[in-house]
Amino acid sequence: MIHVTTTINGDETEFVCDPRETLLDVLRDRLSLTGAKEGCGTGDCGACSVTVDGTVVCSCLVLGAEAEGKEIGTVEGIATGEDLHPIQQKFLDHAALQCGICTPGILVATKALLEKHPDPTETQVRYWLAGNLCRCTGYDKIIRAVMDAAKDMRSAA
Amino acid sequence: MQYQAPDSFDAAVTLLNAEQGMARVLAGGTDVLVQLRAGTVEPDLIVDIKRIPGVHDITAEDGGWRIGAAVSGVELNAHADLCADWPGVAEAHDLIGSTQVQGRATLTGNLCTASPAADSVPAMVAAGATARVQGSNGTRDVAVEAVGTGPFKVSLAQGEVITSIFLPARGANGGDAYLRFIPRTEMDIAVVGAAVSLTLDGDKVASARVSLGAVAPTVLLVEGAANAIIGTSLDDAAMDKLAATASAACNPISDKRGTVEFRTKIAGVLAKRAAKIAYDRAKG
Amino acid sequence: MAFDEAKKDFNLIGTRPARPDGIDKVTGRAQFGADKAAPGQLHAAILRSPHAHARIKSIDTSAAEKAKGVKGIVTRADFATGLKGEMWNKLENVMAGEKALYDGHAIAAVAATSALAAKDALKLIKVDFEVLDHVTNVDESMKDGAPVIREGAAGPSTPEGMHPNVVGFYSSGHGDVDAGFADADLVIEDTFTTEATHQGYIEPHACLAQMGKDGKGEVWCCTQGHFNVAKVCGHLLGTEASQIRVTASEIGGGFGGKTEVFIEPVALALAKKTNRPVKLVMSRSEVFRASGPTASASMDIKIGMKKDGTMTAGRGVFRLQGGAFPGAPGTFTAMCAFAPYALENVSQEAYDVMTNRPKQAAYRAPGSPMAAFAVESVVDELCNQLGLDPIEVRLKNASREGSKASFGINWPRIGLVECLEAAKAHPHYSTAIPENGGRGVSCGFWFNHGGETAVSLALAEDGTVSLSVGTPDIGGSRASMCMMAAEELGIKYDDIRTTIADTATLGYNEISHGSRVTYASGLATIEAARDTIKKLCKRAAAKWGIDEDAVYWEDGFAKPSGPNAGEFEPMSLAKIASKMGATGGPIVGHYEATPEGAGVSFAVHIVDAEVDKETGSTSVGRYTVIQDAGKAIHPSYVEGQFQGGAAQGIGWALNEEYIYGEDGRLQNAGFLDYRIPVASDLPMIDTVIVEVPNPGHPYGVRGVGETSICPPLAAIANAVSNAAGVRMKSLPMSPPRILKALDEA
Ligand SMILES: Cc1cc2nc3c(=O)[nH]c(=O)nc-3n(C[C@H](O)[C@H](O)[C@H](O)COP(=O)(O)OP(=O)(O)OC[C@H]3O[C@@H](n4cnc5c(N)ncnc54)[C@H](O)[C@@H]3O)c2cc1C
Ligand code: FES
Ligand code: FES
Repeated sequence: MIHVTTTINGDETEFVCDPRETLLDVLRDRLSLTGAKEGCGTGDCGACSVTVDGTVVCSCLVLGAEAEGKEIGTVEGIATGEDLHPIQQKFLDHAALQCGICTPGILVATKALLEKHPDPTETQVRYWLAGNLCRCTGYDKIIRAVMDAAKDMRSAA
Repeated sequence: MQYQAPDSFDAAVTLLNAEQGMARVLAGGTDVLVQLRAGTVEPDLIVDIKRIPGVHDITAEDGGWRIGAAVSGVELNAHADLCADWPGVAEAHDLIGSTQVQGRATLTGNLCTASPAADSVPAMVAAGATARVQGSNGTRDVAVEAVGTGPFKVSLAQGEVITSIFLPARGANGGDAYLRFIPRTEMDIAVVGAAVSLTLDGDKVASARVSLGAVAPTVLLVEGAANAIIGTSLDDAAMDKLAATASAACNPISDKRGTVEFRTKIAGVLAKRAAKIAYDRAKG
Repeated sequence: MAFDEAKKDFNLIGTRPARPDGIDKVTGRAQFGADKAAPGQLHAAILRSPHAHARIKSIDTSAAEKAKGVKGIVTRADFATGLKGEMWNKLENVMAGEKALYDGHAIAAVAATSALAAKDALKLIKVDFEVLDHVTNVDESMKDGAPVIREGAAGPSTPEGMHPNVVGFYSSGHGDVDAGFADADLVIEDTFTTEATHQGYIEPHACLAQMGKDGKGEVWCCTQGHFNVAKVCGHLLGTEASQIRVTASEIGGGFGGKTEVFIEPVALALAKKTNRPVKLVMSRSEVFRASGPTASASMDIKIGMKKDGTMTAGRGVFRLQGGAFPGAPGTFTAMCAFAPYALENVSQEAYDVMTNRPKQAAYRAPGSPMAAFAVESVVDELCNQLGLDPIEVRLKNASREGSKASFGINWPRIGLVECLEAAKAHPHYSTAIPENGGRGVSCGFWFNHGGETAVSLALAEDGTVSLSVGTPDIGGSRASMCMMAAEELGIKYDDIRTTIADTATLGYNEISHGSRVTYASGLATIEAARDTIKKLCKRAAAKWGIDEDAVYWEDGFAKPSGPNAGEFEPMSLAKIASKMGATGGPIVGHYEATPEGAGVSFAVHIVDAEVDKETGSTSVGRYTVIQDAGKAIHPSYVEGQFQGGAAQGIGWALNEEYIYGEDGRLQNAGFLDYRIPVASDLPMIDTVIVEVPNPGHPYGVRGVGETSICPPLAAIANAVSNAAGVRMKSLPMSPPRILKALDEA
């Protein structure tokens, strides 16, 4: 077992884990942060997306042990108190989720996208999110929600 | 399984050599963790090199670029000068996986997995890249094409680790490009990959290297294909010859990703398309 | 309950409020199948067959039992004996008996203190297999000499003299097809194939189970039908359905694939054996290898047409493999094939064939998309060769109210003609086809379903409402339920809270399948609301001291029905509710029945595709879905169903397939090589909601969830064939297949 000290959504957090456990396993099973989902466990679906020091990654492809000293961001940290982040609100407004299992990963990835590219093209959004599989929506409403959120965030900035 | 994150390559080499069972180096982990999950690899020791000082750096050296072993796709593609020199290599690496995978995947890891379909490897081979290898007997530089020896097999000795990749000076009037064929637009493993790097003398190709991926047990450096375009300005005859030699060099398998016939044909098509892009880039 | 012609001015129906579970789902709070934990829980893992067909000579679990952290192991011996028919088949699929029937078939399961310990222990279980010959292809499996999967599995409909792997047969039709073909100016006959695909829901099957020695159990799981889970678990564990309380978690996609039961009985058996809660979650590769993909199909189609576009006859023969058990949806395939056309002469037959593959499960309109692919490809080819417009030809032959369906019924009010007219008028259809591109059009049809349904609607003292339904919400249905209840009661959308009740709380509800939720639970909700209104009016009447019949309900108020009834201030729902304790006690409306009036639904898709003739690569350009929804309760979720079905169809048409090796093992049991469409593969998907009311629903609702996957296979095949200049007859139209067809042309 390995002892790890890390920061998750701004909170200092400690845990112990088996060296084989992934960051996703740790978040879900040891820290009860079940917002990140496991759709595949092999990097293919993006449902487990989190940020590590600001970079969006698949938490199923990161060992728990690697979190030592890092800053982890998950879907649970996107809203501020009871105020939804604009992208969360736009996902509701545009009905951009059906089952919602892909939503946490897509929100984490989208937030990172808009921080880096506040004015993305549709093509840019589609390629950025290509690693986030959604089987329900055909992506149409997701892309619209992201574009609309980007627009609102630009005018608010 | 044990996990270690040493703070120097010396320490990493010592750890690797001391391990009696199976050891694995961990860079971005986008191959290693998939193998762990599938149970295809069950190491006794994981040596994470990402905490070694300098592994995330890209530094200018002899007109070229030295790329630390843990530089991720995101870090590589954020380096404007390197991307301007070697757009083919940068784009090839950028094709690997998703945004999320890019946050972790390294050139070194792509090279050491030794998949015949690795995307960055043909581009590095065409570019004439070398890998710096450290082991208990010191340090050596090897040509990238000499690292993979067969599907998922490398020439590195027990305890050896790659510390950096070196991309040589681009020089004047040069250009490179990498193209791959996948059935979707993203998130697929190459069915065929083709990289071309060339320099021009006026309108004529002065020198060229052509490399193919996913068409043989290892990434291929195809001299005949390069010869087909050297001295030409990529006229139709030269392009046809390029395609024919590229296809002739293929020794692929039929599998879930493509058939022998398909791979052989597409290798020629992509070699032509990549050569055209490299040529236009060299023209500036 | 019949369509209420009078009900036209809706307050809420047709608007787009935010879904009630929305905030939970964008903040990560919503609990899906794998998100729940119980104190002291164990983690389970399943050992699966590496062989496509093998006799299990022995299983030795002794070493695994002693491994660190292991608390219990189950094999087939731990399940009920003496089951017959359907339940025996289900048990055989959940845990192999004498033989492993496909790569991935469950052999044993371990519960241990951690997921890693359970996985490690699997390696210590020794199984002695006698490997047998296998068959995975439908046409091969019907041939003499093919390995027999199980003797005696054939149903009564199966013709004499067929291979034992052929287990079911269906035929229907009318008229004289040969005379019809003789009448035609052009007859085209061809063979088409489709590969098996997977629903590809992003959430793997997951459950948490507890069970005591007394046979009383609890299950939390992601399923489309928790009442069915209780029933199946009851049978397989030798107890009663009522003793197992099942709660449906939020569900991360199903599309039919979560109508089946795979892991819940295993988790319960382990929980019983260890006396601890047991969590069992499938890995993605297990989902591909051992849940329920679609059938694959091999189909012969023959259609005759006159020069003016009149179709004179159609014949179809459909062979479907559904894995190692009976149940491939050939009957539906045959019934749907010619459903869009009013044919005087038509005949269709279907064979249900077993192979060494996992048991097929429903996937959105099971059986229909492949039929549409085959038939609509031939129709397209006839139009091409006769120089006719594909929409005009479809209009000319379209099924309409009163015409005789290919499978015998007389159509009630249906909306195919309206869909075709809308397609013809859509700007997409009149824009130029891109260079190097082709355009494809196709119709599609699905029945839709009613099924056993119960709901309950309880008033709170503050005038808000708690609505309990028994159909898991697989795509935003709670929003629609809230809307329908609020519409009827005349209160605010936000004042209703809809909950998916567990199996101990509500009467039996059939699975969320057959596009039945908005139709059947919706109808039940409306009825329960009307039942509640009656009770509300009764309280008002009592208060006013007038006759019950002299009170009516309007916009949330009980009102005296006219001057004769007396002068009283209208009484709001909230007012009546606030006094209900003193005026007769709780007010609860309910409804339980099996509504029979589900309305069939037709769709028309238009798509433009481009083909790179050097590489065989296809890109989908513009895509338009036109479908009859009857009445769209929440248009955003209707559009979402249209778009999602189209996207899945695009995947099925172009790249998705189950690839089996010579060894009978699945080669691509992961998303990387199974290749569902990613965001950058698709264009925006335009939608047109046609509303031809279903006579069997008070608001006219038809199911919308399934029809949307019927046309895309054919529409894309037609677009690709027209772009490439060569008819594509096998799906998926992956680049190597397209390049090969081009080379051979
Ligand atoms: C979803 C997904 C999509 C992918 N798509 C692609 C794709 O399109 N194209 C493609 O080419 N690949 C793809 N890959 C594979 C993988 O991402 C790449 O091969 C990547 O470059 C590996 O880099 P890494 O740093 O993550 O390697 P790691 O996983 O850390 O290591 C890979 C191998 O290299 C060894 N190694 C790592 N560093 C060193 C070192 N310094 N010295 C010696 N040995 C070392 C490791 O022991 C291991 O065997 C994909 C993977 C995933 C999960
Ligand atoms: S669970 Fe990590 S990418 Fe699918
Ligand atoms: S909404 Fe279900 S997978 Fe995206």
